[in-house]
Amino acid sequence: MTTTMAQALNAAMRDALKDDDNVVVFGEDVGALGGVFRVTDGITADFGEDRCFDTPLAEAGIVGFAVGMAMGGFRPVVEMQFDAFAYPAFEQITSHVAKLRNRTRGALSLPMVIRIPYAGGIGGVEHHCDSSEAYYTHTPGLRVVTPGTAQDAYDLLRDAIDSPDPVVFLEPKCRYWSSEEVSFTRSGPAMDQAVVRRPGKDVTLIAYGPMVATALETAEAAKEEGWDVEVVDLRSLSPFDDETVTASVRRTGRAVVVHEAAGFGGYGAEVVARVTEQCFHQLHAPVLRVTGLDIPFPAPKLERHQLPDVDRILDTIARLQWADTPVVAGA
Amino acid sequence: MATETLLPSASPVRFVAEDGTRADQHGGYGEPSRERLKEAYRLMVLGRRFDVQATALTKQGRLAVYPSSAGQEACQVAAALTLAKQDWLFPTYRDSVALIARGLKPGEVLTLLRGDAHCGYNPAETRVAPQCTPLATQTLHATGLAHAMQRRGEDGVALALIGDGATSEGDFHEALNFAAVFKAPVVFFVQNNRYAISVPFEKQSAAAALAYKGIGYGMRSEQVDGNDAVAVLSVLDDAVKHARDKNGPVLVEAHTYRIDAHTNADDATRYREADEVAKWREADPVTRLETYLKAQKTLSDNEIEQFRSDAEDFAQTVRDTLNAEPELDPLSLFDHVYAEPTRHLEAQRAALKAELEA
Repeated sequence: MTTTMAQALNAAMRDALKDDDNVVVFGEDVGALGGVFRVTDGITADFGEDRCFDTPLAEAGIVGFAVGMAMGGFRPVVEMQFDAFAYPAFEQITSHVAKLRNRTRGALSLPMVIRIPYAGGIGGVEHHCDSSEAYYTHTPGLRVVTPGTAQDAYDLLRDAIDSPDPVVFLEPKCRYWSSEEVSFTRSGPAMDQAVVRRPGKDVTLIAYGPMVATALETAEAAKEEGWDVEVVDLRSLSPFDDETVTASVRRTGRAVVVHEAAGFGGYGAEVVARVTEQCFHQLHAPVLRVTGLDIPFPAPKLERHQLPDVDRILDTIARLQWADTPVVAGA
Repeated sequence: MATETLLPSASPVRFVAEDGTRADQHGGYGEPSRERLKEAYRLMVLGRRFDVQATALTKQGRLAVYPSSAGQEACQVAAALTLAKQDWLFPTYRDSVALIARGLKPGEVLTLLRGDAHCGYNPAETRVAPQCTPLATQTLHATGLAHAMQRRGEDGVALALIGDGATSEGDFHEALNFAAVFKAPVVFFVQNNRYAISVPFEKQSAAAALAYKGIGYGMRSEQVDGNDAVAVLSVLDDAVKHARDKNGPVLVEAHTYRIDAHTNADDATRYREADEVAKWREADPVTRLETYLKAQKTLSDNEIEQFRSDAEDFAQTVRDTLNAEPELDPLSLFDHVYAEPTRHLEAQRAALKAELEA
């Protein structure tokens, strides 16, 4: 049976709730409504209000309350509803969630998941479309993961709930309704591993979350141009899987990092730096980025100009014909 | 719940007047046992001496910083005494004396302020959360933990200490709201010491009393003379019992005063007059309880002498502890960032190790 990413996330929470009595799901509207994206649909009905419950509308409250519950032995999975709505909880996330294990020299840990639907592409109005990954990946102590496929939505969320570390779980909301065949056996790679989604010889596209599908589309389109594009899906933004990424770039000799967030000071800069440091002698061209513009996320009717698309990525790949070796294999 | 039952007393609950004589604004609260009050007195003498010693140690460079709680000993000691072993205390950076009264060792309490580590004790064992530096954030943790204990059918209560400044923070209001909605067994204990660093209470809040903040959230609230140990202990005992008996959270405001500056790095003469401080020195909680207990024949001169002598010995322990510089392992910096070290951190650890050995 094919499953949407939203359903896969729902199944992951249900299976975690079944497997561990300490798992609790809470946030605003996650109960009777099933979340504004219906990701928690039916969980309260099936597991009861003790396991999945609505809270007052207060993001710092939700995360701070989860800190206390985790200190008390529970494994909270909380929903922030929308990316920019999580900012009131930022202090709790950076000052407490990320640091409690370290502050207490391991005496206390916070096995909790903060689910944040993020990024654009759904025609949302302002404050509903931010890509805030750089804020979280810049914070030691947090794990940050983001699924690009429905299968990963299930696998990564199961792993995140099981993780002894707090996990910021970024859900690409524009992919909630994309469906595929999903296996609920958890046979995928570990949470902190990147995967090669599509092998190729000429250039590595490094993408994550909402851009994985765009990168795969680009790879298909690039075939017509004679380019054989490899797509690496990072899955885990923090920690970063250098091994998979650098192995790919060393094979292809060229790399483009794609993300929806603004480029300046963004997550892609970290990826470029790491790839450059580790693959300098194999690179035929500078590692380039395709990112969102350095502007506040635009109004819905203009968002298409913000979002990296196939054409923009193809144009950037074309710029990689820097050295004598052409990008086009065998040309 | 009817609003009337949530209302605090019209004036702060008080058992003992400033001159140590019996006062009668106790609003129906019962007086704690004489033995309990004597123990409170002992700990207040100890706490005062600890506070003086810690302040002195900042001048010798043994502590990076120390925020004094001199004048707030009644609140500090009562907060610790009112809790049972299974209960959780959520202190701030100013609440070192409460931690001493809870039974922690001076070295454990001062680790944060000395600059050795962010927390010097094991919170899971002591049931004392790390001393919190961001304001009011720990009120939410206390609420969540109280809810967790209730869900598990445990008998525990969480008590969060905060100051007047912290009541302006959003987290304080979110915590009160969550606690009331979830009927969490948590006590919010506001030590209104009149100043948030330099900002006086009048500029902090237009409320007649911070105790009134609880009513809007549907929470029982009370105000108490924070320099009257008998009253603070009585009110907190009642609040903790209320929470333990599954009646929901309680907000208690203690009206008190910070005699010393915010920390040793602060110049309090810039923002308050000497005669104001002098007036509050007259309301000293330690001498007030001493006078009262002596008049009640609960405390003898010999006992007072003994407590003071014990406090001197304790101060010596504090000095000895702080004079012995512990060896800090730079490589431990990479421990406990994650449950298992990441490859990045292992690489950085190796780099630092090489740097240290070079």
